[in-house]
Amino acid sequence: MTTAGPNELPLRVTGLRTLCEGIREVTLGLAGDGVLPSFAPGSHLAVGWADGERNSYSLTGPMVEPRHYSISVRHDRAGRGGSAWVHSLRVGDDVVASRPRSAFAPVADARHHVLVAGGIGVTPIVSHVRAAVMWQRSFEVVYVHRPGADAHAEDLRALARDRLTILRSGPELLAHMKARLFDVPLGAHLYVCGPEGLIEAVTSAALDAGWHRQRLHAEPFASAAAAGGAPFAARLGRSGALVPVGAETSLLEALLARGIAVPNLCRQGVCGECKLTVRGGGIDHRDTYLTDDERAAGDAMMPCVSRAVGDRVELEL
Amino acid sequence: MIYRNADIENYPFPFPRDQYRYSTNLEPTGRRNASAAGGWGDRRVDIDRRYRSELDERARILAADPSRSQCLPHMVPACWDAMLTLMRELAADYPATMRLDRISPDDNTFRWRNDLLGIDDTFTFGDPATLPTAPLDYICGQIQEDVVLLDQRAGQLWGDAGVVTFAANWSFGFDIGMSFLQIHGPVPRVHSEKVITRAHEFLMRLEPGQSFRRTNWSLTVDGKLDTATETYREWGRDRRTLAEGPLDEVGDRLFLRTEVQHLIRLPHSGAVMFLIRTYLLPFAAIATVDAWADRLYRVLEDLPHDMTEYKGLERTRGPALRWLATFGGVTP
Repeated sequence: MTTAGPNELPLRVTGLRTLCEGIREVTLGLAGDGVLPSFAPGSHLAVGWADGERNSYSLTGPMVEPRHYSISVRHDRAGRGGSAWVHSLRVGDDVVASRPRSAFAPVADARHHVLVAGGIGVTPIVSHVRAAVMWQRSFEVVYVHRPGADAHAEDLRALARDRLTILRSGPELLAHMKARLFDVPLGAHLYVCGPEGLIEAVTSAALDAGWHRQRLHAEPFASAAAAGGAPFAARLGRSGALVPVGAETSLLEALLARGIAVPNLCRQGVCGECKLTVRGGGIDHRDTYLTDDERAAGDAMMPCVSRAVGDRVELEL
Repeated sequence: MIYRNADIENYPFPFPRDQYRYSTNLEPTGRRNASAAGGWGDRRVDIDRRYRSELDERARILAADPSRSQCLPHMVPACWDAMLTLMRELAADYPATMRLDRISPDDNTFRWRNDLLGIDDTFTFGDPATLPTAPLDYICGQIQEDVVLLDQRAGQLWGDAGVVTFAANWSFGFDIGMSFLQIHGPVPRVHSEKVITRAHEFLMRLEPGQSFRRTNWSLTVDGKLDTATETYREWGRDRRTLAEGPLDEVGDRLFLRTEVQHLIRLPHSGAVMFLIRTYLLPFAAIATVDAWADRLYRVLEDLPHDMTEYKGLERTRGPALRWLATFGGVTP
C-alpha cells in the first residue's frame, strides 16, 4: 500500500472480473464521498503498486463524472511486478492512483477515426469508441486478438455494431488495413494501440498509402522506449559523485537506487515528471515529452528513458 | 457608474512593479492575492454585485451581434465540458444559490439550479434538445466571465469556440479558428522575448483539472465593457473626447481595466478553457489608494511607444498622467 501524493486519488477496489484468460478487470471507486474526475478518451491512471512504483493502465469505463473507474490488466509474468500486484487485489483493498491523464486523445476536427487495437492494446480504444458513439463521430474499429484473448470484444460489439471488424492474426490485420488505408476519406486520423511490432507495421502501411505523419497516432501498451543501451555514468554536479548506469537499467533507476529522490510517474518518457537539468554531455533523447527546441538546447533530459550519448552526462543534482 | 468600497477592496490591481512589460505571468489559482486595498482571487468564477447588470449587457450585445458567440462543429463536446465544469465550480463556491445534482448515477442527466436567476433546469449531458440554448451560451448567461475554448491538436492550440462580449480592442469573430500563436501575432516585443511561445508550451502541458491565472490590463473610457473592434465606431471617439475634454473629468471618465484570466484544462474534451473576467475602476477610485495611484503613474510614464500603441493608449495616456499629477495626489 502506497500513500497518496498531493495530486493523487485515494481509490478502493469495488469490483473484480476476469474478462478472459490472464486479463482481469478492476473497478475502482472513491474511498470517500464525491464524484471522480471526468476524463478524455485514451486516458490512463498511474496506479501505485509499491513504494515509488507506478504502472499506467487505460481507463475503459464511462467518462463523464463517473462513479467508478475501470482498468483491464493482463498478467505479465515477465514484468516488474505491477500486473501481478493488480491480479492479487481483492474487493475492499485501497489503491492510490494519479488523476486521469491522456497522451492519446482523439483529434477533435478529424473527419473520420480509424481505431486499431491489438491484444490488450484494446483498452484505450474502448474509451475512444465510447466517446465516438456519444459525440456521433464518424469511426471504424479493428480489433485483432488471439483466440480466446478477447477482452472487451462484447463492449466493442455493443458500442460499434457494424463498424467493428475482429481479426485473428497480424497478417489478417495487415491485409485488411492495406485495403482500408487507401479507401477511407481524406481528413481521417488513424489511432493504433498494441505491441510495438503491430504499431510499426500499421504505421508504415499508412505511410506507404500516403498518409501524413500528423494523422497517425500510436500508444504502445508496453514501455516503448527500451531503457537499455551502452553503459555510462552520471556525474552529480553538487556532490561530484559518479553514478554508474548499467546497460539494462535506466538513469532514473540508477539514481533512485543510490537514494537520490527524483520525482517520477510514467517511466515512459511521457509525463514529464522526472525532468532533470543537464550541465554537460551529449544526450540520447528517447522521450516524447521535450520539444525539439528543448532537445536542441541540450540542458534537460528525462532520465526514465533517455541516456548519455558518450560515457558520461553531468547533472544538476 | 457608482463605486463602493467593495469595488476597491476586491479590485485586482495588476501592477507588481513600477514598470510593466509582457511576461509569462502565470500563477496557480486558488490563492488570494493581497493588494494595497484588500485582495482578490479567492475564486475562479467570481460573482459580484454587478451580476445582473453585466448579464443584461451580455444579452444585449449577443442579440445585436450573434458573432460574439461561436462554436466550430468539432468543439461541441468542449462546450458541454465547459458548461459542466463551470456548473460544478459555481455549485462548490456558491452553495447557497447554485446547485448541480445528478438525477441518476447511471445516465448523464443532471438538474441545475441557479437561484440568483430563478433557473431550475434538467438536462442530459451531450443532448442539445434538453437545453434552451447551446451549452456555452447557456452557462455564459449565468457568469460574468467571457469564455474562449482552445482545442489542442497537431502540437498547437486553436481558438475554436467561445462567448466573448467584453473584448478589449480585439474581435473574437475575427480570431475564431486561429491558432494561439496567430492570435498573439500582433503583440509587440513578445516574439523576440519568446513570451508567447513559452506560454503556449506551458498551456499545452496543463494536466486535466490543473488551472493557472494571469492578469492583463488596459484603459477604457466611460466604463464600457464592450470595446470590441466591431463596435469601434461607438467607443473609439470617447478617447478623443476625453483627451479634448476638461482635465477634471478624467478621474470619473477614465478607467483602469484589469482582466483576470483563468486557464483551466477541461477534463473530458482536453480543451483549455480561457476565462476572461473584466474589472473596471475609475481613476478617481484608484486615487483613493495612494500606492495604486503612484504605481499607475510610474507604469504609464514608463510604457514604451509600441506597447502604448498596441494597447490603444496613445490619446489617453497624456490625460491620465496629467490627472494623476493634478488631482490624484501623485508627485511625478
